[in-house]
Amino acid sequence: MTRWMDEEAGPVVRPYALIGGRTRSSGDALDLVAMVTATGGAASGGFVPGPEQERILTLVTTATSVADVASELDLPLGVVRVLLGDLQDHGLISIGRASASERILKEVINGLRAL
Amino acid sequence: MDFEPSDEPVALKILIAGGFGVGKTTLVGAISEIRPLRTEEVLSDRGIGIDDTDGVEGKTTTTVAMDFGRITIREGLVVYLFGTPGQERFWFMWDELSYGALGAVVLADTRRLTDCFPSIDYFEQRGTPFIVAVNCFDDADQYDIEEVRSALDLDPDVPVLMCDVRRRASAKTVLITLVEHSLRVLTASQA
Repeated sequence: MTRWMDEEAGPVVRPYALIGGRTRSSGDALDLVAMVTATGGAASGGFVPGPEQERILTLVTTATSVADVASELDLPLGVVRVLLGDLQDHGLISIGRASASERILKEVINGLRAL
Repeated sequence: MDFEPSDEPVALKILIAGGFGVGKTTLVGAISEIRPLRTEEVLSDRGIGIDDTDGVEGKTTTTVAMDFGRITIREGLVVYLFGTPGQERFWFMWDELSYGALGAVVLADTRRLTDCFPSIDYFEQRGTPFIVAVNCFDDADQYDIEEVRSALDLDPDVPVLMCDVRRRASAKTVLITLVEHSLRVLTASQA
């Protein structure tokens, strides 16, 4: 499914219609840089992902941050959090937030120097 | 796929703060790939009663656009740069942006030094490691680092440096100074 977009007119489907008018979900607290990865498993509870959720699942076959998912789909962050919350609740994605260790920070310093 | 815990993908968040027009976007653009992000702003009182929110009482936000920067250090290790909104009406976003942040760069302009006071107060209170980078505008009087430090009443361990955010090498030095500072803070907290 391609985007439901018309560049002139804007989105045909209002963002909040994509998520059934909800603004709350288990995805609320997702940090901008939490990493999202598809589990590759089957959906629990007979859940069928919507078109945007299918796009997310394709995108996150390799770990992708919440900010990058929202940027890539060109959807508002709040909408993306709800979509991700559903996918997480039904076991289709896992969300990780690795914290910075001394080793990682040293790697970042060296990486920045090499830029 | 089996990964050692150390190979888990890591994304780090750095904040770029400072007053309006101080060069936050220029700094992010000088060193990283810019990506667009749409986010939400709480609707002002003015919108309530005009915008029809019947049946969608939960919808109290409207969309605003912001950019962020991305620097890929290696596969599975990415640094994100988020500019904190300069205008007061976007203060609500600061808590979200600063949650779990590695640290912050407070950009200062010596012609309007007071503009960065709110950022410094905020990061001091939250305990977020930060540095002050003085963006040297061509027409600004030049001050030395100790003058700026004393004018801002900074703790002696907060790094202060001069920079030109239009130059990539200078932007690099700013970020390296911040990450080195964050590393010192982290090491000290574990000691």
